[in-house]
Amino acid sequence: MFNCLKRITAVSLILLALTPATTLAVDRLGIGSPVDGKTLAGWDIDVRPDGQGLPAGQGSAVDGEELYLEKCAACHGEFGEGAGRYPVLMGGYETLTTADPEKTVGSYWPYATTLFDYIRRAMPFGDAQSLSAKETYALSAYILFMNDIVTEDAVLDGAGLAAIKMPNRDGFIGPDPRPDVLRKACMKDCKGTIEIRSFARKIAVTPELEKAEAN
Amino acid sequence: MAKQKPEQARTRSLDRRAFLKGSVAVVGSVATVAYPGVSQATNPENLPPHVPEWSQALGDGVDVTPYGQPSTYENTVVRRNVPWLTATPESSISFTPLADLQGIITPNGLHFCRHHAGVADINPEDHRLIIHGLVDRQLMFTMADIKRMPAVSRIHFVECAANGGMEWRGAQLEAVQFTHGMISCCEWTGVKMSTLLDEVGIKPAAKWLLAEGADAAGMTRSIPMHKALEDCIVVYAQNGEMLRPEQGYPLRLLVPGWEGNMSIKWLRRIEVGDQPWHTREETSKYTDLMPSGKARQFTWFQECNSVITSPSMEKSIDGKGFVEITGLAWTGQGKIKRVDVSVDGGKNWQSAQIDGPVLDKALTRFRMAWRWDGKPALLQSRAIDETGYVQPEFADLRRLRGEWSIYHNNSIHTWKINTGGDVENVQLS
Repeated sequence: MFNCLKRITAVSLILLALTPATTLAVDRLGIGSPVDGKTLAGWDIDVRPDGQGLPAGQGSAVDGEELYLEKCAACHGEFGEGAGRYPVLMGGYETLTTADPEKTVGSYWPYATTLFDYIRRAMPFGDAQSLSAKETYALSAYILFMNDIVTEDAVLDGAGLAAIKMPNRDGFIGPDPRPDVLRKACMKDCKGTIEIRSFARKIAVTPELEKAEAN
Repeated sequence: MAKQKPEQARTRSLDRRAFLKGSVAVVGSVATVAYPGVSQATNPENLPPHVPEWSQALGDGVDVTPYGQPSTYENTVVRRNVPWLTATPESSISFTPLADLQGIITPNGLHFCRHHAGVADINPEDHRLIIHGLVDRQLMFTMADIKRMPAVSRIHFVECAANGGMEWRGAQLEAVQFTHGMISCCEWTGVKMSTLLDEVGIKPAAKWLLAEGADAAGMTRSIPMHKALEDCIVVYAQNGEMLRPEQGYPLRLLVPGWEGNMSIKWLRRIEVGDQPWHTREETSKYTDLMPSGKARQFTWFQECNSVITSPSMEKSIDGKGFVEITGLAWTGQGKIKRVDVSVDGGKNWQSAQIDGPVLDKALTRFRMAWRWDGKPALLQSRAIDETGYVQPEFADLRRLRGEWSIYHNNSIHTWKINTGGDVENVQLS
């Protein structure tokens, strides 16, 4: 008991010695208000690959098709092929090693849960966070069906969505290997002949610069 | 009529354009894009020995512009975008006019913009930041709460991971604004993330944060705890004034030196967790597809990079003789140590002078005096950071990462000076 007290005193003395006199010895400022679960619920919309954050409910690919045609097809195309510069949602399999890789939900996305998360927070473009959980499950199911990942009669809930193994699940590597180019800074006679490989003027895609956008 | 209106300024630059085109015909050089530049005097009556009107008449009083604006003669120094790049301007990017900026600080109105669902219009009274998850106390903060907390001010660049991305397959765009303008540098003021995390108390299992925006994209990125504690700032001010709406007003995250997408604007929520979320912006986008078909994920930091901003496509050379070569260098890995400049396409290099402050994860200005002999030249800059890393050649990057990469192009850039003094964007083998 006595030894124990002595140790505490010694520790306190060390702490006092280490704390500059001018600094407030507090670990909290006491700013901010507590948040209850109900308040948080409306904003806590993220979903993780293990399914954490997925809401109750379910939706079918069949229902999803109808919704898709109504709310998504104008930008993403009737078959997920994309319109204009809007993202292609479907296909692209076997293209990731080609000179024109098509990174779609089917060919590229590693987790089906990300599809739910993204639709829920950001889609439809211009009317975000307007879909119910059921609608979001239905759209997720339909887009996965478009990509031959689930069948036409699929009905998905949280557990079902988290259990899907996406075709490109193992397509991502880490940790970051950079710096992956290690060069020395040569100063003199570093190169022989120099060849120009490309000229921007031959592409001629630069927008007109003289037009001022402001003022 | 000495006082020009903006329309006259534009006419003036159009005259300049006609002049440039005319000179092309004479010297047989090539210039496909014309730039507003220094022009001849439009009114000789303003030149000595005459006395111009502005030396005689009264100008505007102090009450005319309560919030000052740039001179109307600078109305071509603006952000620009590339319309064919994206489906809509609400989900797009605008570029900073680097050639027309001096020093290292980007004016607030010229900071590049990347929005995914347009600019959120937020009343600060109605803005809240919630921090929850693996914490001892989940808390909600008003803007007044956040401004009451201990603050820091830091100068850092923000750079989009896709800066230079349109050049991967070859030289494509005819302006430094478009080849390198997805970068800006400001003084940011706010509360350290570590201060906020101390306030909520993080649990031992906490390894990641999810940062979420309040815009209609609900932008989200996972941020590793070590970075959050090291130097992330929850920012409310930019170059001394409150954030501009397009920079996340009233509150944004700043993740210094890492890809700009992580510096979530309109920050409304931080969730503390034990694993990353694999959001759309860190799987479908902002990953680096390699020639093998596998993609690098979580490639966060922006590597050492530099570009000559003058001469550049927007800043042609006005005749033989003295030319100051100047530009910007930066690294997400700390400070710039040295910048070398070559005028012969990288055969020989000289170290440039560093001008102004050399700050951690900030733009750094370099300058080098040059005497142009009127012959074609290939101008390059090469930065070296304090880790000893040397900015690579494009061939190095392509050899490892292929030709269809998008992000993290930090290769040495080449400007070709033609005999007329005009400049073009080329890539060397």
